[in-house]
Amino acid sequence: MKKEITVTINGETRTATVEPRMLLAHFIREQLRLTGTHIGCDTSNCGACTILVNGKSIKSCTMLAIQADGKEIITVEGLATVDGLHPIQEGFHLNHGLHCGYCTPGMMLRAVELLAGNPNPSEEEIRWGISGNLCRCTGYNNIVKAIQYAGAKMRGEELPSTEPQFV
Amino acid sequence: MIPAPFDYAAPKTLGEAFALLEQHGDEAKILAGGHSLLPMMKLRFASPSFLVDINNIPGLSYIRESDGYLRIGAMTREAELEHSGLISSKYPIFTDASKLIADPQVRNMGTIGGNLAHGDAANDHPAVMLAMRAEVVVSSSEGQRVVPIDEFFFGFYMTAVQPNEILTEIRIPIPPAHTGSAYHKLERKVGDYATAGVAVQLTLGRDGICSHAGIGLTNLNPTPMRASRSEEALIGEKLTDAVIARAAEMAAEDCNPSEDLRGDEEYKRAMAGVLTRRMIHRALDRAKA
Repeated sequence: MKKEITVTINGETRTATVEPRMLLAHFIREQLRLTGTHIGCDTSNCGACTILVNGKSIKSCTMLAIQADGKEIITVEGLATVDGLHPIQEGFHLNHGLHCGYCTPGMMLRAVELLAGNPNPSEEEIRWGISGNLCRCTGYNNIVKAIQYAGAKMRGEELPSTEPQFV
Repeated sequence: MIPAPFDYAAPKTLGEAFALLEQHGDEAKILAGGHSLLPMMKLRFASPSFLVDINNIPGLSYIRESDGYLRIGAMTREAELEHSGLISSKYPIFTDASKLIADPQVRNMGTIGGNLAHGDAANDHPAVMLAMRAEVVVSSSEGQRVVPIDEFFFGFYMTAVQPNEILTEIRIPIPPAHTGSAYHKLERKVGDYATAGVAVQLTLGRDGICSHAGIGLTNLNPTPMRASRSEEALIGEKLTDAVIARAAEMAAEDCNPSEDLRGDEEYKRAMAGVLTRRMIHRALDRAKA
C-alpha cells in the first residue's frame, strides 16, 4: 500500500507517494531526481550512498524512504551555496581528494558530520571516521588532507598547503 | 536490491506497537536500526509482510544508572554508546565493542536492542552481555518480564522474544569496585563480523583473588557462548600468567567454531585462546587501575 511522505531535502520541502519497500537511495535518485547520491555496493558496506538525515550520516541504501517521513535530508547537492563551494568541497578540489569521484559525495557528507562533532580531528580520528566509506582510487591520503583542509577552514585557521607532496 | 512488498506502520506508543504485533503475529517484524533486517529483506532471507517501525516511540533511548543497574534503552544507538561519557568512564567494555561494530554510519542507526534481538552469534553485544551477566527486559501488552541473558539466546536468529513482544531495556548489574572488563574481536577489515571475539569482566577481592568472572565468546559457537569452564578456572584464584593461560586454553577447547571464509576451525580455536588470554589481561589491568 503506497503512503505519502514529506521530507525536507536540501532546504526544500517535497511530498511524494512511496511504496513502503522503496529504499531512500532510490527515492532520492529516481523520484526526486537528485543523482548526486551514488549507489555503490547496495549492501551498506561502501558508503557511496551516504547522506545526512537530521544531521546524522547514514547509508541511504539501508533505510526506507518511508522512514525519512518528516526528516531533514542533506545530499551533496545541498552542500554548495550561492557564495561558493562548501569547505569540504573546496578541500577535495584543492587536495585532489578524488579521482573517479564515485565515492566523493558520500565521503564528503560523512566528513561534514565528522567535523560537526569533532572540529579538529587527528589524522587517526579522520581515518576511523571515514572507515565506512570505501575509495578504490586515491589510497585515502588526499581525502584525509581534504578533510583536514575543511576542518582548518571551518575553524577559521590558516589553511594547510595544497601543494602536492612527493614522498 | 529491493525487498519484497510489505506493509508498514510507525506507531507513536508501545501500546500501538503491541496491538500491531498481536494483529499480524509472526508475519510482522520489528524495525529498529534496520541494519540487519533490511539487508536480509533485500536478499530475500526474510520477507515479513508487515514492518512495525519502533523508531518513533519516545522513551526507548537512554543510558542511566539506577537501583543497582546500568539501564540501557533498547533503541539506544551504537553511536550513543560509543560517545557516552558514563560508558567510557565506567564501562569501557562497551566502548571497546561499539567502535568495532560496523562503521560510523551504521552505528548512527544500529541499536543495542536490535543487536541482541537479532539473535546472531556473530553480533558483538551478546558476548559483552554474557560477560556482564545482563538481564533483558521484554515487554508486551501483558506487561514486562525479565530474562537473564543465559536464557535469552535459543538458536540461530532465535531469542526469548516472542512475536507479540518487544525488547525494551537491557539491565546490567553495576559491578563492585575493583572490577575490570574488556572486549576485542579479530576482524579481517573494519566493520567485519568477528573471526573470533571475546568479552571478559573480572572482579578482584582482597589479596588480588578473583571473586567474579564472566567470559562471553562472539562467533565461536552457533549461539553466543559463555566460556563457563574458563570462568571457573579464574574464580578463587590469584590471576597469574599460568592461571590465565589455562583459562584461555579452556575457551579454545570448549568453543565450537565453524569453518568459513574467515578461517578454519583450528585457526578460530587458536584465536579464541589468544583473545581470551589478552582480554583477561586487559580486564585485570583495568580492575587494578
